[in-house]
Amino acid sequence: MEYASKNKIKHIEDEHDHDHEHDESSIKTFGFWVFLITDLILFATLFATYTVLRTRYNGGPTGEELFEIPIFVAETFILLTSSFTSGLATLGLKRKNPKIVIGWLIVTAILGLAFIGLEITEFTTLVEEGAAISTSAFLSAFYVLVGTHGIHVSAGIIWMASTIIQIARYGITKDTEHKTYIVTLYWHFLDVVWIFIFTVVYLIGVM
Amino acid sequence: MLESIKTFAADFFVTGDPLIYGADVSILLVTIAVIFVLTYFKKWNWLWREWLTTVDHKKIGIMYLIASLLMMFRGGVDALLMRTQLAFPNADFLPSDKYNEIFTTHGTIMILFMAMPLMFALFNMVVPLQIGARDVAYPFLNAVSFWAFFFGAMLFNLSFVIGGSPDAGWLSYAPLSEVQFSEGPGQNFYIWGIQISGIGSLASGINFLVTILKMRAPGMKLMKMPLFSWSVLSSCIIIIFAFPILTVTLGLLFVDRFFGASFFTLDGGGNPMYYINLIWMWGHPEVYLVVLPAFGVFSEVVSTFSKKKIFGYKSMVFALLSISLLSFFTWVHHFFTMADYKVDAFFAITTMAIAIPTGVKVFNWMFTMFRGRIQMKPPMLWTLAFIPTFLVGGMTGVMLAVAPADFQYHNSYFLIAHFHQVLIGGVVFGFFSGIYYWWPKIFGFTLNEKLGLWAFWLWNIGFYSTFMPQYALGFMGMPRRSSTYGWDMGWWPLNFVSTIGAFLMGAGFIFQVWQIIYSVRQGKKDTTGDPWDGRTLEWSIPSPPPEYNFAVIPTVEQQDDFWYKKQQGKSMKPTKYKSIHMPKNSGIPFIMGSFWFIAGFGLTFEWVWLGIIGLIGVAVSIVARHLQKERDYYIPAEEVEKTEASIGGAR
Repeated sequence: MEYASKNKIKHIEDEHDHDHEHDESSIKTFGFWVFLITDLILFATLFATYTVLRTRYNGGPTGEELFEIPIFVAETFILLTSSFTSGLATLGLKRKNPKIVIGWLIVTAILGLAFIGLEITEFTTLVEEGAAISTSAFLSAFYVLVGTHGIHVSAGIIWMASTIIQIARYGITKDTEHKTYIVTLYWHFLDVVWIFIFTVVYLIGVM
Repeated sequence: MLESIKTFAADFFVTGDPLIYGADVSILLVTIAVIFVLTYFKKWNWLWREWLTTVDHKKIGIMYLIASLLMMFRGGVDALLMRTQLAFPNADFLPSDKYNEIFTTHGTIMILFMAMPLMFALFNMVVPLQIGARDVAYPFLNAVSFWAFFFGAMLFNLSFVIGGSPDAGWLSYAPLSEVQFSEGPGQNFYIWGIQISGIGSLASGINFLVTILKMRAPGMKLMKMPLFSWSVLSSCIIIIFAFPILTVTLGLLFVDRFFGASFFTLDGGGNPMYYINLIWMWGHPEVYLVVLPAFGVFSEVVSTFSKKKIFGYKSMVFALLSISLLSFFTWVHHFFTMADYKVDAFFAITTMAIAIPTGVKVFNWMFTMFRGRIQMKPPMLWTLAFIPTFLVGGMTGVMLAVAPADFQYHNSYFLIAHFHQVLIGGVVFGFFSGIYYWWPKIFGFTLNEKLGLWAFWLWNIGFYSTFMPQYALGFMGMPRRSSTYGWDMGWWPLNFVSTIGAFLMGAGFIFQVWQIIYSVRQGKKDTTGDPWDGRTLEWSIPSPPPEYNFAVIPTVEQQDDFWYKKQQGKSMKPTKYKSIHMPKNSGIPFIMGSFWFIAGFGLTFEWVWLGIIGLIGVAVSIVARHLQKERDYYIPAEEVEKTEASIGGAR
């Protein structure tokens, strides 16, 4: 039978718990992809906003004057690397080794923290230079777009911590495997969004 | 000390208006009464166990229904206040600032806190039953959605007595809604009330999309799925694509107001028109997403009460999906007067194009009725009332879509009459039809038809006498949102008729409340589970359904499966039972909702500490859920068998 719903029904009638868990996690994963669509639209709207207001400097500083190439390149490398390490964590899942998973998740979270730290330093430096959110529409759009991404990354770090605690406590079960998979999916998504921020905000900004 | 408390209270509470003191007193009395009743009958535990912590879609549906009827009362009172003010020229019943607040809250409440939850009530009550599922895909998230909506709505309504209501129109156009022109907490109430409930709506959209795509009974291919579920799917698609835009729009407005950013301000390089574009990119899809489920209801009702399969099933599905697509390409028609003529031309055409799939649907309903054995039951009556009403509403919509002509109608009462005609004639009549149709299924008794007939005629006569004069008033030049007019304008007679009509609709609503209260005590029990001789799966199980809905998940072979099995005399009554996997109740959604309320309240008054406490509470709730391990349980087969034997009734 080719129906998507078949599995869901089957598991209820099945005595085997294994089947059931597998299936529930596939429904949850699908729902998470739908959630990512909504999050993508959220960012798309912010990108549109930035594009509309990008040249409204209001006599204030421009992107070219403000953005420092070493900082945003460093941010990019850190985040890309963290995406790679989170991928290594999911590889650990396949080998059923909780130590590998936890280890790489911790590395990912630390890289995430480094990214957030850099971003906070960048923002505070900008504000000290007199480029605050209220300076111009361009800066309003900049802070909100990049800041929303930053808030997402921070939430991802907390989420990752909660996942690490659970793996440490229960080992690799169907449940923790699913949770790890979802949090890394989210992490990759944030990476993709950052690529667009890197291009649309920073690269075009300094060109 | 005392002095400073006094000044604080004078700012904090809205003072100086008898209406508001009345509201204060009634809120206080109702709260005391509720607390007293719950304590006296020792019902606190029951309330918490059975309702506040429930993840059962049927109970969540009932809570949505109750909340939306309360909101309909509040929004309706707003409407009657406005109509009272406009009944006579130069009236001073409501001063203009109060009038501004009331048309703002009327619009916001009716769309976001009445129509949306009424829609989610139907989603919850019907969709899992109709597709043969035991619950939605994410029962816990479903409860989170409800409590987010509920606390968002409460926050918004609080503005009436604390802090002051928003008064910049139901979409809070910038720059009027910016801090320079709207100081104080009013606009913040608007932003956070809608933001919090909007998060709930977005989650519901995801939830029902996944439910419909992944949880259908075996054999129910998409093209065999009942049309109501199809309409919910189309509506969820719109929610998923439109609601994030609303989240961003309100977020940016708040950043403008709170952090002094300049997205939509007149200075600082901001662009107020950008707000108006953004809010309508959400706002227009929003009105289509509330009407699509109503279309789904009509398809079910027409088919059931004509004893015929729906005419043109595939074209119905196609029409639903094309409306969800087209809904994203019409937003500029809300401000033809502001756009370039070439842009206007594009959006005029897309707007008119919507009439095509809608027309297809109307014809299909008529062809379904053609040579059918029509039964004039209450749901069918509302459907029959809908067709001419929506037809006129649609026609005036096409008139408004003609961009050059729109320069004449823009912001006049003609527009007011048009959108009330489609929203009341389409959405409200549709949802009433659905509520009357599925009521026996959810509650297990039928509603008194005689009182329902009174309500029906009062609503209809009231509707036409309210809004037909408003079309004429529009042509006579009466602008919307005007709080008064002079004798010399010649608008008095039509306004007076309109006011009488509004009170007739109010009387219709009272009859409905009476009908419900009367039927709770006197209503006929539905022992068959199938009071209307229905066609779809929800009628194959007892009324009200047990918590697990289907003791054994049915296997579907065709469209209207239950109907054909009845025709062939096949029983759907299960013989062998297995244990059933169910989600556990949880208090987290309610607690999370309360924290959202605290956060929203803090941010509304810009008390940052309170906002942070609330947001931390929300975050802790989410992490607590993530850490939770035991989330479900099994109902043993013997217990299922016992329950099934005791409720009986089902086929």
